[in-house]
Amino acid sequence: MAEVKKDWIYKLGRLDRRIIFFLIFLAVALPLLLNLVLPVHTSPIVDRLFDKIESLPPGSKVLLSLDYGPATAPENQPMAESMARHALERDLKLYIMSLWATGPGQAVLLIDMLGREFPDKVQGEDWVNIGYKAGNQGLINAILLDMKAMYTTDVNGTSVDDIPMMADVENLTDMHLIAGIGSGFPGLKEWVQFAGDRGDIPVGGGVTAVEAPLLYPYYPSQLLGLMGGLQGAAEYEAALIRTYPKFKETAVNAVELMGPQAVAHTVIVLFVLIGNITFFIERRRERKI
Amino acid sequence: MYTLRVLIPTLITFIVGIVLVAAIFIPRSPFREMDQHFSTYFDIVAAFAFILGGGNLVRMHGDKVYRKARDWPFSIVVLVGFLGTLIFGLLKLRMNFTIVPAGDYIGTGTWFKFIFDSMFTPLSAAMFSLLGFFVASASYRAFRAKTREATLLLVSAFIILLGRTPMGHYITGWLPDSLSWLDIPNLSNWILSFPNAAGQRAIMIGIALGIVSTSLKLILGMERTHLGGEE
Repeated sequence: MAEVKKDWIYKLGRLDRRIIFFLIFLAVALPLLLNLVLPVHTSPIVDRLFDKIESLPPGSKVLLSLDYGPATAPENQPMAESMARHALERDLKLYIMSLWATGPGQAVLLIDMLGREFPDKVQGEDWVNIGYKAGNQGLINAILLDMKAMYTTDVNGTSVDDIPMMADVENLTDMHLIAGIGSGFPGLKEWVQFAGDRGDIPVGGGVTAVEAPLLYPYYPSQLLGLMGGLQGAAEYEAALIRTYPKFKETAVNAVELMGPQAVAHTVIVLFVLIGNITFFIERRRERKI
Repeated sequence: MYTLRVLIPTLITFIVGIVLVAAIFIPRSPFREMDQHFSTYFDIVAAFAFILGGGNLVRMHGDKVYRKARDWPFSIVVLVGFLGTLIFGLLKLRMNFTIVPAGDYIGTGTWFKFIFDSMFTPLSAAMFSLLGFFVASASYRAFRAKTREATLLLVSAFIILLGRTPMGHYITGWLPDSLSWLDIPNLSNWILSFPNAAGQRAIMIGIALGIVSTSLKLILGMERTHLGGEE
């Protein structure tokens, strides 16, 4: 049995994972502490979604479904906030709901933000939160046919008959856009399959980076546009700031987080490169023995 | 007895299945109304599933605590967390322990919101954040270009990782317009839009065909294993 040369190449190939963890920690923490903000360029798949909201006439109805929880909020919340900001800035009617039990908590944060940034917008007239209901895609199917059968009140217990925004809403086909922000099942995919396709309603939205590749088959015919992960959220924010400079100070959550993400991704790429270099050097040595 | 236990659910499955399939292709009365009613019934059943799930959770962990089974202290944490959140949510209890008769259970100033913001959110975020560390460590150890396929996957991963951040623009943003297709973000978008979409579509069509055949077997009563007992 030939002896393996245990030099620095050997050790580098078997680096203690705690060192890797520490370097990843630095890759995320330092850009955050140094406030590293990198310029964000938009892509067609996000531009298309932005342009859709931009083209809707005032008074159009947008359903914003928050189908995620706190775990993925760093990616999903900036998407929801950007779309909500954009909708209210364009004087669209915003209907907030959730297919996830953890969604209402995120909706509260979203509504707090809307209250701060749009103090002139009135609950029930400009936006409404109809909350969470169980049923996953079954719920989508039910509200596609009859919305008021499932939602008799908003989250505050106000009857839908007393909400001006709900007066001319019979079912999902009355919506001009369904924006699903999600991180799994049920989410944007179910909105496409059970509402968009069946009701011929435009559907777009955002999902986490790991889920985005699963949605590409629906783009561009069944899915209007897509924000994929934090990059997608940052792109929407960039488009929003470019069109409405008033949001330059507030709509930068995702843009600010892109710095740490960019550095962390680069560090992972470097790790994989180093790992492969050591692998090939060791393999060549083994062949020589 | 067995016959009835199998026959009745099979019959219900057959009727509901046929009606719902027909409703898709014939969106007219009475199928449209039946589809609407069944969807409402489904949501009511789904709400009851929460009670079933909650009851099951209490029974399982309560039993563990009672028997002092392995890791039983963790079951106490589960029970306290579950029951506490449930009671605060149901009563819509405010921080000053007054009960809100109406309004949002997660409204400002409620115990439920406090639990959600101060416990559930940071714990969920911490658990999800750990993924980043594990992905980095696993990539370093296991992502090796041992074969042609692995090399292809590796190169794609590099392009996607860099293309989904502003780093991609820094690396190849200087390229002239004639070579803009080599710009990492453009390559990243191309990979997602074409090879990825093609692969995903093939998988989805396969899954859809599987769902159709399984559903047909269930509706026609050819597949009865879910009802328990013999075939």
